[in-house]
Amino acid sequence: MPDNSTTSNTGRQAIDPRGPRFGAVLTTVVLALALLLISTPAGLVLVAWQTLVFGLGAIVGLQAQPYGIVFRRLVRPRLAPPRELEDSAPPRFAQAVGLVFLVVALVALLAGATLVATIAVAMALAAAFLNAAFNFCLGCEMYLLWARVRPAR
Amino acid sequence: MNGMTGLWVLVIVLVAATAFGLWYRRVNGRVRDAAAPSAPASGPMVPMAGPDDPPAEVQPEQPSAQTEALAVALAGRLGEKATLVQFSSAFCQPCRATRRILEEVSVMVPGISHVEIDAEENLELVRALDIRRTPTVLFLDRGGVVRKQASGQPRKADVIAALGDLLPEDRPDFEI
Repeated sequence: MPDNSTTSNTGRQAIDPRGPRFGAVLTTVVLALALLLISTPAGLVLVAWQTLVFGLGAIVGLQAQPYGIVFRRLVRPRLAPPRELEDSAPPRFAQAVGLVFLVVALVALLAGATLVATIAVAMALAAAFLNAAFNFCLGCEMYLLWARVRPAR
Repeated sequence: MNGMTGLWVLVIVLVAATAFGLWYRRVNGRVRDAAAPSAPASGPMVPMAGPDDPPAEVQPEQPSAQTEALAVALAGRLGEKATLVQFSSAFCQPCRATRRILEEVSVMVPGISHVEIDAEENLELVRALDIRRTPTVLFLDRGGVVRKQASGQPRKADVIAALGDLLPEDRPDFEI
């Protein structure tokens, strides 16, 4: 068995699994506030901020994701070392799924379609909350179903 | 649209997600008996009504199409007494921990092999076996027939117990 620290064979990073979980908690709080304030300028700011967070995590990588940076700088030094590491690809994919919802919400808010924005934020909130509270990864669950129906490459 | 609407949506989302999460926590990774068609043909086959599969697909006499597809994919990697087949994918958080659990069990219990299959690279097989999530773990007996399966990360004790059911005569060989 290869050693499971550092990098996997595809060059992806191995990360502390508590990082994405911590990020999901912050995301849940931000999206809950955004939902409460959705028709105010503060709601727009929160949605725009979370879109930026997901965008950095999905496009640049988890090392650039603000909540991940908070975790590494402030939280992880106070914790015991993780029992095991995990591949960074699944949480990054989850960031991309979140980004899709948040882009829809942001565009809808800017276009004045508050109802559409509310639904999109509510769905992203449900996914983030399930991840934070139950370690349920919506993107991971959907991925194989999507791969099954997707035309062959 | 006012603040009250947002509050109601928030409450509904949290309640619904909590209900779903509790249900998920209960069923995720639970080892259950495999659906009908893998039973070996002994005598006239009574079409067992699996909840999902139409009885028309049951083929008496021969090993089922599923068993054959699996046998091709495993190609000689069948364990002496039983095989743990794990379907994994790249974007699967619990696959890593599942792999570790199954490897530990296969080292601990003699005659058990652990085979990991990349679901994305074996979509034909995934469709044939109707695998919907990763990780899914199939418990094969020595003949390569699927006896039990778990979708989601199973607990180590449940894996050992399921193997105990598969190999009743071997139970004293190992300890939890």
